[in-house]
Amino acid sequence: MSAAPDSATKQPLLEIRDLEITFTTSTGPVRGVRTANLEVYPGETVAIVGESGSGKSTTAISIAHLLPKNGSITRGQVLFEGRDITHVSEKQIRALRGDQLGLVPQDPMSNLNPMWKVGSQITEALAANGVAKGAAAKQRAVELLEEAGLPDAKRRAGQYPHEYSGGMKQRALIAMGLAARPKLLIADEPTSALDVTVQQQILDHLDTLTGELGVAVLLITHDLGLAAERAQHLVVMYKGQVVESGPALEILQSPQHPYTKRLIAAAPSLASRRLVSVAEREEVREQAQEHAAGQPSEQANGPIIEARNLTKVFPIRGSVPWRTTPFTAVDDISFSLERGTTTAIVGESGSGKSTVAQMVLKLLQPTSGRVLFEGKDVTTYKGSALKTLRRRVQPIFQNPYGTLDPMYSIFSTIEEPMRLHGIGDAKGREAKVRDLLDKVALPAAMMRRFPNELSGGQRQRVAIARALALDPEVVVCDEAVSALDVLVQDQVLHLLNDLQAELGLSYLFITHDLAVVRQIADRTLVMEKGKLVEQGSTDEVFHSPQQDYTRRLLAAIPGGSIPLAGAETIDVEAPAGPADETVTEHGEGPEDIIDPFSQAGHV
Amino acid sequence: MRSDNRAPQRPKAQHWVAPLDETPLQEVDAADTSSTPRSLWAEAVHNLVRNPVFIISALLILLVLFVAAFPGVFTSQDPTYGNLSSANKPASAEHPFGTTRQGYDTLARTVWGTRTSVIIGFFTMICSTILGGAIGALAGYVGGWIDEIVSRITDIFFAVPMILGAIVIATRLGEMNMWTVIMVLSIFGWTNVARIMRGAVISTKSQDFVTASTALGAGSLTNLLKHVIPNAIAPVIVTATVNLGVFIVAEATLSFLGVGLPTSAVSWGGDISRARDALRNQPMMLFYPSVALAITVLSFIMLGDAVRDALDPKARKR
Repeated sequence: MSAAPDSATKQPLLEIRDLEITFTTSTGPVRGVRTANLEVYPGETVAIVGESGSGKSTTAISIAHLLPKNGSITRGQVLFEGRDITHVSEKQIRALRGDQLGLVPQDPMSNLNPMWKVGSQITEALAANGVAKGAAAKQRAVELLEEAGLPDAKRRAGQYPHEYSGGMKQRALIAMGLAARPKLLIADEPTSALDVTVQQQILDHLDTLTGELGVAVLLITHDLGLAAERAQHLVVMYKGQVVESGPALEILQSPQHPYTKRLIAAAPSLASRRLVSVAEREEVREQAQEHAAGQPSEQANGPIIEARNLTKVFPIRGSVPWRTTPFTAVDDISFSLERGTTTAIVGESGSGKSTVAQMVLKLLQPTSGRVLFEGKDVTTYKGSALKTLRRRVQPIFQNPYGTLDPMYSIFSTIEEPMRLHGIGDAKGREAKVRDLLDKVALPAAMMRRFPNELSGGQRQRVAIARALALDPEVVVCDEAVSALDVLVQDQVLHLLNDLQAELGLSYLFITHDLAVVRQIADRTLVMEKGKLVEQGSTDEVFHSPQQDYTRRLLAAIPGGSIPLAGAETIDVEAPAGPADETVTEHGEGPEDIIDPFSQAGHV
Repeated sequence: MRSDNRAPQRPKAQHWVAPLDETPLQEVDAADTSSTPRSLWAEAVHNLVRNPVFIISALLILLVLFVAAFPGVFTSQDPTYGNLSSANKPASAEHPFGTTRQGYDTLARTVWGTRTSVIIGFFTMICSTILGGAIGALAGYVGGWIDEIVSRITDIFFAVPMILGAIVIATRLGEMNMWTVIMVLSIFGWTNVARIMRGAVISTKSQDFVTASTALGAGSLTNLLKHVIPNAIAPVIVTATVNLGVFIVAEATLSFLGVGLPTSAVSWGGDISRARDALRNQPMMLFYPSVALAITVLSFIMLGDAVRDALDPKARKR
């Protein structure tokens, strides 16, 4: 592969040759990885990029023999410092793990044992690798946590995982991975579950740390922008095969394989424009206004949805059971959504953006403030008035696996809203379902299928079709594309955009991903801790952010500053001073503990 | 960006691209229309019929049901006709299982007893499942103080052992028949169904598709009946199947203790109780009804296990 003949003097730290991994399943053997080739040289960072199911994680964990029971390496070799470790004994690989090979797992929430103090889990890792014992190990654990960037490490070491925030847990796991000073650190999507600003800090820290220690990093990620920013060498995987590998910038600027080209075209952090041209958007708006003018409405030209001073206070359990402390999840938010446009609400987890969506959808009653639909206050709507409103405002939720009733066929799912509102007869409804499936680019044959037979992206498209069944005017997308792979996400975003142009829909788009906002939104609202910190047109927010918080969010978009042909870069000076989650005294803060609607918000 | 304090060790890195003919590109998120569509229930049935435990238990249950429906096929004797002159006889051509002390034909008693057990087991299962399911669904779906009260009531009933409670009520009622036995067993048999239903409903009601349905304009009752209960019913079906076996045992126990069906009724429990006295000289008199009872209960419990495997929520995602 990339080993040139003149390089015989330099030996790669890790070399994977023609790796093939087969899983035994009930339907017969499945090859998870077909032919994977890659090399990691001492001290460098190599990133494996690919969508879910591409075999990137499988390749990485097979190095440390951590494949699930039904998976095995059926061909090829894994060489570590020139030694073949493909089929060595369990004892030998155990000696290698931790000591030579460090591992930072994907999900920080489930990879720390909740029953043990964080410090003792690191101490255990140290003892297992024979680095230190007893008091020395304890002392070392504190040092490692400090090194991983946890302030007040001594006290933190004595705390349990539930007292840590997500970012802090990931830092602890990095400390654990680096505890025995391995030569290679395998980081499997180390920051996918974290907010962008936290992700940036953690990756920055990981960079500096591995740089100082000279540790090579094998970074697994689905985010091409992130990979290009962090790694010198990229390996792109697709359906179990390596399709392209080479220097990061070169791949990004001149991709050769059609799959890589597709990935780069779809990556939201690298693409940079509103998906439809301004002129077309004008047309959409006019059409939507005309459409509205045809209806008996006084305020056809006003905003379709207006929120005025929305506030939501949740009572949370206080220090004693009978006393509750008020917690303001949303604090005095006002905004408006114009017909045929998209307004995005951006913020990190716990910023209250999903709560705003719930209130607009009338799934949650605001503590104070009003929601106006076409100028009328709908806050107090009940009964048939509410049912009529429901027809016109529809949601799309984040989790594609939870949003469809598993017992309902695709046909019944899309037909349900029409049945509920008594629209049309059986024939008419079927025709409408066919039409809707066509709109979301699914074959009509899917009608008879059930959600368990569909991929995440397909489910999300069905959810869109269901939301459109009642011809709504407003669609509230609560993190509607956040759980999808980049390519699928791009596909769904395009679909949403096309539908907006076709049907004159207005979107309220809730997301944590600023890169997506740039592709879809006309106006952007930035929320932080329940407060509105900035709002303006998307261009304004991206080009001249007024607030430090917005600037930090923008600077944290991975790959935003990489120059690419045909795209503008986001060049924002990140303000000094950490936005660190570590200032929070007790873990995640009250919002994460009590948010009763977390199922509609963040994963 | 990365600090450049490490020297690149990699020899002159090449840009490598896989040949396209080896890695054909597919459409993004292409819909698979090749396989036949299958619902979750169809999937469950598919898994079920491939499970040997299910096949064995299903065959046994079919046999039991057949015996219960057409006892005349297996014996021509009247189970309530006692001929004292041929009492206490071992197996013979006329009485293949022998006779009891009252001169009843053991085969006829065992065969006809199936009907009693199956009817009582089946109807108790239906009654207790409807009762427990409704109470559990209500408590779980409505929540709040209604849930608190209903759950405590369930706990009170749960704390009373079924047999003990049934004995107390049965002795108060005096003379029992099949329907009073069903009623008494149902009163104490619904609690585990209610608990399971409540838990399943609570976990289902917070799912996105229920919220989506609310946002589509569905009312609470529509949501409960159309979305929550169908998704929460699987563990209840499993429990109900196992319960069926438990109720058959309970009925036999009550009859054995003499507080269930009257002695004039043909029932395994009663026969086992009466055969106890003749255990030493006529062990077969005890053996046949006991084996019939054991096989019936075992087959329902095995069926419950097989259904549990098929409906396992973890197996739902392919």
